[in-house]
Amino acid sequence: MKKQPHKRTRDTIAALKPHYLPASADAGGAAPHRYHWLIDLFIQLVKTKPLGAFGGALVLTLVLMALAAPLIATHDPNEMHGMQTLVPPGSDFFFGTDALARDLFSRIVHGARVSLTVGLGAVGLSIFLATVIGVLSGYFGGVLDTILQRCVDAIMSFPWLIIMLTVMSILGPGTGNVILALALAGFAGSSRVIRSAVLAIKHSEYVLAARSIGCRQPAILIRHILPNVAAPILVLATLGLGNAILAEAALSFLGYGVPPPAPSWGRMLSGDGLDHMLRGPWLVIFPGLAISAAVFGFNMLGDALRDLLDPRLTGGARANK
Amino acid sequence: MHINTDKILQVRDMNIHFTFGGGLLKSGRKAVLKAVDGVSFDLLTGETLGLVGESGCGKSSTAKGVLQLYKPTSGQVLFKEENLCDLQGEALRRMRRQMQMIFQDPYASLNPRMTVLRIIEEPMKVHRTHGNRKERREQVIEMVQRVGLNPSDIHRYPHEFSGGQRQRIGIARALAVRPELVVCDEPVSALDVSIQAQMIHLIEALRDQFNLSYLFISHDLSVVKHISHRVAVMYLGIIVELAAKEELYARPLHPYTQALLSAIPIPDPEVERQRTAIALEGEIPSPLAPPPGCRFHPRCRLREAVCSRQTPQWREVAPGHHVACHLV
Repeated sequence: MKKQPHKRTRDTIAALKPHYLPASADAGGAAPHRYHWLIDLFIQLVKTKPLGAFGGALVLTLVLMALAAPLIATHDPNEMHGMQTLVPPGSDFFFGTDALARDLFSRIVHGARVSLTVGLGAVGLSIFLATVIGVLSGYFGGVLDTILQRCVDAIMSFPWLIIMLTVMSILGPGTGNVILALALAGFAGSSRVIRSAVLAIKHSEYVLAARSIGCRQPAILIRHILPNVAAPILVLATLGLGNAILAEAALSFLGYGVPPPAPSWGRMLSGDGLDHMLRGPWLVIFPGLAISAAVFGFNMLGDALRDLLDPRLTGGARANK
Repeated sequence: MHINTDKILQVRDMNIHFTFGGGLLKSGRKAVLKAVDGVSFDLLTGETLGLVGESGCGKSSTAKGVLQLYKPTSGQVLFKEENLCDLQGEALRRMRRQMQMIFQDPYASLNPRMTVLRIIEEPMKVHRTHGNRKERREQVIEMVQRVGLNPSDIHRYPHEFSGGQRQRIGIARALAVRPELVVCDEPVSALDVSIQAQMIHLIEALRDQFNLSYLFISHDLSVVKHISHRVAVMYLGIIVELAAKEELYARPLHPYTQALLSAIPIPDPEVERQRTAIALEGEIPSPLAPPPGCRFHPRCRLREAVCSRQTPQWREVAPGHHVACHLV
């Protein structure tokens, strides 16, 4: 019985990294993998991280909702239904209607497209920039570090709203520009965090060992540095997603967001919703729930993935059982 | 053991200095730490040269300087007649296949995110010594067996192994590309005493199997005595004595070597009671401000006036026995 946790750990790890699994049984004890590694990762997620799996289900639902929006929506999201303004939720309009007599349910379903595109796009771009700058700056140090970090200082010394408004004023409205503005306003702080994670490991012996083996610099960065700073990167990404959706709302509130009448959760909440909140509370409740679901889902999924993809934590979690 | 008189490695007057302070806006003097200050030695093919000394005396810096992991400030490191200090970038990288390192801390020297297979395979990938994944895998399995691990463990991660097993992984990684020179930087000092003997025997057996030359660094005199052919004693960035093992342990000439050797306990209470250990006074001085003259003179029990004025010459006092001391 004592051997049990060990065996299972090995199964988990073998399941996570199938490319290196033996083609035949010649390596003896290693567990044969049964499915594609993504499926195995999914099974692990469901088995060991129920909260993460729930988050994943939420994310999946929202993504499907965004993809199949025209099929799910009961009305045209921009169609105004005559005098039926601020109708409470009911069988005709599931989530009620807004001040312009548009169906809120359909707007939220379609809003998933806008909000997820903006959120994921902005987080993806910002984390990409932050990783490139943070890793280069932290690993190479010296003059490059000084130059990059003084630029980061300059960006961080501006309030993020000012940066976003400046970028939007220069580039003009549009979803792509909103993504760019959000990324430019957000990457600097993340790059600092990633840089410090790199600084903490760049003098470790395994990086020195990689140099003594004769690894080229890019190989050291990709194989040795990057995987070992993946945890803070994942955390930054999941935290950043909620911020990005809310920041888009702030931009919309100021009239710089995704241009109306395109439905965005952020503007539904902060623009129209705020004005008529007391007469029609559903105007803020449903967009708020949608944003919360997205933020919560991504956070839980991100946390679970971070744990599952770290061989040390996977081992630890299993050994405790 | 095949020791021939070919010199695989010749280190000539190697200096490794680290500079502190003195920034863009600071006009103050820069402090120079002379971690290695004019070290010279040869290593013969198939030989093991032990390098001993206290913590902070520059042993590890010497090791890293030889492998160009720290670029020596001046001096020459000739590996098979080629001066490594002159090599840059790609040329140096290619030379690294022939010289590998075994690290001190097996907990820190293995990437926690790589499996054993990928760790041992990496040098082969980097130097393209094996055609495809299958050949590399076979080589990894062979290496794993040679160092005494189970081939079924190659898909596991370092954290699943004990310290001794991890060190075996590190050894397999170093030897996977069949190097000729291996620098062992305190390879057993992080391990339990019960494991140390096994590891020393493994390192010794691999030397004979692969005809390796070792630069073996340790602060443990018994370990060095067991494995080395010749031993060099370092103190504060310089080598103070170098001789064949039997010679050095039987007739230590430098007072520092004598003090070190007298500190080895002898596992016989009768003999131990007869001996008097030479206690060294004080601490090792800061390498930022080494004492003038002989660096050891403030702690030396035999010091004379000349010791604090003149730096002693590095002389050969008997065949193969070199020492730097005024009193010998």
